[in-house]
Amino acid sequence: MGTMTKPQYKGKRYRLDKPELLAPAGNLEKLKFAVHYGADAVYIGGQKYGLRSGADNFSFEEMREGVEFAKKYGAKVFVATNIYAHNEDIAGIEEYLRNLYEAGIAAIIVADPAIVDTARRLVPGLEVHLSTQQSTLNWQAVSFWKEEGLPRVVLGRETSLEEIAEIKQHVDIEIESFIHGAMCSSYSGRCVLSNHFTDRDSNRGGCCQSCRWKYDLFEDARPEGTWVSEEDQAQAQQSPLPLQPGVTQLPLHQPEDNPFSMGSKDLCMLESIPELIEAGIDSFKIEGRMKSIHYVATVVNAYRKAIDAYMADPEGYVLKPEWLEELQKAANRPLNTGFFYDTPDHEDHIYEPEEKAAPYDFAGLVLEYDAASGTALIQQRNHFKPGQEVEFFGPDNTFFKQTVGEIWDEEGQPLDAARHPLQRVRMKVDQPVAYFDMMRKKK
Amino acid sequence: MNNKPELLVTAASLEEAAVLLNAGADALLIGDDRFGMRLAGHFSLEDTAEVVKLAHGQGRKVYAGLGGLMSNRLLDELPAYVQAIGELGVDGVEFGDPAVLAAVKREAPHLKLHWNAEMTSTNYATANYWGRKGASRVVLARELNMDEMTEMVPLLEVEAQVQVHGMTNIYHSKRKLVASYMSHQGRPSTGGSLGKERGLFLIEAERPNEKFPIYEDENGTHIMSSDDICILEDLHFLLKAGVHSLKVEGLLKPVAYNAAVVKAYRHAIDLYAADPEGYAFQESWMDGIRALQDPERELSFGFFYKEQVY
Repeated sequence: MGTMTKPQYKGKRYRLDKPELLAPAGNLEKLKFAVHYGADAVYIGGQKYGLRSGADNFSFEEMREGVEFAKKYGAKVFVATNIYAHNEDIAGIEEYLRNLYEAGIAAIIVADPAIVDTARRLVPGLEVHLSTQQSTLNWQAVSFWKEEGLPRVVLGRETSLEEIAEIKQHVDIEIESFIHGAMCSSYSGRCVLSNHFTDRDSNRGGCCQSCRWKYDLFEDARPEGTWVSEEDQAQAQQSPLPLQPGVTQLPLHQPEDNPFSMGSKDLCMLESIPELIEAGIDSFKIEGRMKSIHYVATVVNAYRKAIDAYMADPEGYVLKPEWLEELQKAANRPLNTGFFYDTPDHEDHIYEPEEKAAPYDFAGLVLEYDAASGTALIQQRNHFKPGQEVEFFGPDNTFFKQTVGEIWDEEGQPLDAARHPLQRVRMKVDQPVAYFDMMRKKK
Repeated sequence: MNNKPELLVTAASLEEAAVLLNAGADALLIGDDRFGMRLAGHFSLEDTAEVVKLAHGQGRKVYAGLGGLMSNRLLDELPAYVQAIGELGVDGVEFGDPAVLAAVKREAPHLKLHWNAEMTSTNYATANYWGRKGASRVVLARELNMDEMTEMVPLLEVEAQVQVHGMTNIYHSKRKLVASYMSHQGRPSTGGSLGKERGLFLIEAERPNEKFPIYEDENGTHIMSSDDICILEDLHFLLKAGVHSLKVEGLLKPVAYNAAVVKAYRHAIDLYAADPEGYAFQESWMDGIRALQDPERELSFGFFYKEQVY
């Protein structure tokens, strides 16, 4: 932790002098936090054509509000329009894309070439970014999409840092890479486990994460073709295989073993920021439209600080251990570096029981700070009470721990706890805080 | 329908190719493991030359599968291979990656291009998009249902190919998941095969009777369906709709089984072509397939009659 390897691969960023930090925003509130905590751009889902049918998703009205909010920070809003369309989806695409453009959306993230093509013809002002769902891994394919008029390609998560730099050297196009969050262990888009197990179409947002289910691994112990004929069946009885009669399969797991799983650890590239920047990656993408406000704010905050520190002084850059510690507070799975350095192996998968909750909760949002009394007005987001250890953090320099002292309601009546969602509570704070700062507590 | 549809089958070797041509295949899908995706077997350039000679001698066709997801490194080897199969007289190639499209246009523009993005070839507009880029055929996703397929055909500016029989891929990762699991167990695989020939399969806890084959190759880890599509009984819907090519997937199947499957479909296609009005499926056409069907794998209609949600 805290060590840094020297950047090895050199690529060139063409349009952006500084890499973009691109964050997920599952709803309007998350969008505001992502932008306030330092995202240069956010990506959201609309009511249709996105891959998170279970997320809140934005109406056009909410999109307009999100775009307005982001504009104040100089940030952009992208919409994931990343399904693989079926025939029935085609008819509504034109109208939908026009509405996105009119709502002020800067770019759409698209997997299906039918949508790419429609957008290019119909709304040339709307940028089209090729989705990671296309599993683009080589510069020739990237070059093809550039010629189709796309300013940006989101590469498959299977590309290494070396390959990304090669692509940047061959093609002058923006490259976006996932740098943090959950990963499909399959090539994105190349998994229909959900379709087979639950009749839910994974490529239209119905993924039920079957890759994280548990499986048993066996070997077929029937000599090849035993089901073909009686003679072969008879021969099988004399086979030299060490089988009991009637045994047709050998388990490749012992009772004490964890079951087989395809589930991947989550991606975290915070320790490699200098290398990613020098490789020429234009946009650093954080996964997680389904993740909490606390998660989005914490992760964006950590990467924002690292990117800014490196850009301000590449020579003097040192990774601060506290940035990594921050990420751990939001993580609900172990982390790794994906395919950036090497193909993931057994250390990079999760065989143990899954989905531990993140260790910290979002306890309250700072609404106001009164310097004279040293108190803050807090909007309750999770139960908290006097005596509890809490941490304040924010996009500027707020970052401290304290114990919750007395708390009062807005009329100044003391409270034994902040019990109610969105309840407004006043409390003393050890250091100055600001609107939008967050208070978290350990679970 | 003007023409009989093509009956296409994968071949794992020269020997199998000969057997399947005898069984009545109109076209064979072969390929090189470097560029192909889940090929039934590997064909060197020498074998490719042989199989082209064999097939063309009988008026049949040979397609090469180049459906792999290409890395930068493979781009160096791709042009020479495309040029070579073009010179050997291969009739067409299957592609998913635009890099292959570019290589064929440059090195062997006479080759037919069949767009096959497997589970992501899901609508007519995208198929026509690739048609405008030079493809003459779309290989439809196996996750589409019968209505989606048949309604699509009149809207297509390219030929349609539908898999009518065999297993399908349901998950593909670049990761070596079986080797990783064995390492995790503390019993790493030492030199033994984790490939197609090993007969590995997965069972999910709530589906004890379904066996999902899993294997590793240079493209990573592949998990296959636990059932085999068999649309023979309802083939007339596809024939009536004018689907141009009917594919039998022979991956992980014995040659004798694939031959029986090809014979059964050959019989049905010929009868339908001779007399579409009088055509009626006979249960006995299934006998040859059923006799050789792995009893642990169900014959099913795949997604032909499923409604999916999302």
